[in-house]
Amino acid sequence: MRFDVRVEVRLRPGIADPQGATIERALPALGFDGVDGVRVGKVIRFAVEAPDESSASARAQEMCRRLLANPVIEDAEVEVRGTTGALR
Amino acid sequence: MTARIGVVVFPGTNCEHDVVRALRIVAGDDGSAAELVWHGETSVSRFDALVLPGGFAHGDYLRPGALARFSPVMEAVTGFAADGGVVIGICNGFQVLTEAGLLPGALQKNSGLRFLCTTVPVEVCTTRTPLTACSHVGAVLELPVNHFEGNYICDTATLDRLRDEDRIVLRYRRNPNGSIDDIAGICNTAGNVVGLMPHPERACDELTGATDGMSLVRGLLGVGDRPAPVPA
Repeated sequence: MRFDVRVEVRLRPGIADPQGATIERALPALGFDGVDGVRVGKVIRFAVEAPDESSASARAQEMCRRLLANPVIEDAEVEVRGTTGALR
Repeated sequence: MTARIGVVVFPGTNCEHDVVRALRIVAGDDGSAAELVWHGETSVSRFDALVLPGGFAHGDYLRPGALARFSPVMEAVTGFAADGGVVIGICNGFQVLTEAGLLPGALQKNSGLRFLCTTVPVEVCTTRTPLTACSHVGAVLELPVNHFEGNYICDTATLDRLRDEDRIVLRYRRNPNGSIDDIAGICNTAGNVVGLMPHPERACDELTGATDGMSLVRGLLGVGDRPAPVPA
């Protein structure tokens, strides 16, 4: 089966995020007050062949560990859905 | 001294010729030789030392160094380093070495979110590495920096270890990028693997206005004379 996978890579808590801080400072200038905790990450989407959802998830986790995220500064969250095209 | 230095070229590396030229200027007629090594090569045993130069290896896609660490040559580089071979990563090369796990920590976006292209004073903090062996502790070198992701970061335990084991090689006198503890360069436990953000190879010619990098390049050329450090 092919599963759609969405990986969100984000800076670990406590790691300074100058992009997030800059966006947070810019928002009030546009009238968006009361916003805090802005963090910038990235989303990686792909489809993967796997016998079932849990092995699709395990493969994606392994990709995160070896390539998609740098564990020194980043966390990765994997979301797997059956192939519906909904994510793409 | 007749060191043979391999300069590793990934797709997107762009400082390899600067490094080769600096090595030739500093070596003069001593017989040392620099050779470009394409990233697809799988043997580096013919060299006394390797340099991973600056640039944008594999386009810096995903993260700087993230894809370069999987280039075929990196397995050879890792083996070379494990056997005590001298490996120097400059700028993007430093990023590759951290991604490859040959040096701890990571290089984050500069705290000011600006691409830096300037010259900064950098202090030599140890002479235990080949790169700094011809310099002295406390020497302040004016060196070019040219990066967007040079903000060195590591956890507290790693930082303590770097300090306790005399592994902080260079510190900025004026921190340009937010690096923890003003770190501009570090080495591994044995001292044979060094990563630094400044570009000593671009400060080796009066014509381009600076020669403070020459002492570091001279140290690198000295690897032909010294026994390889004992790997940890």
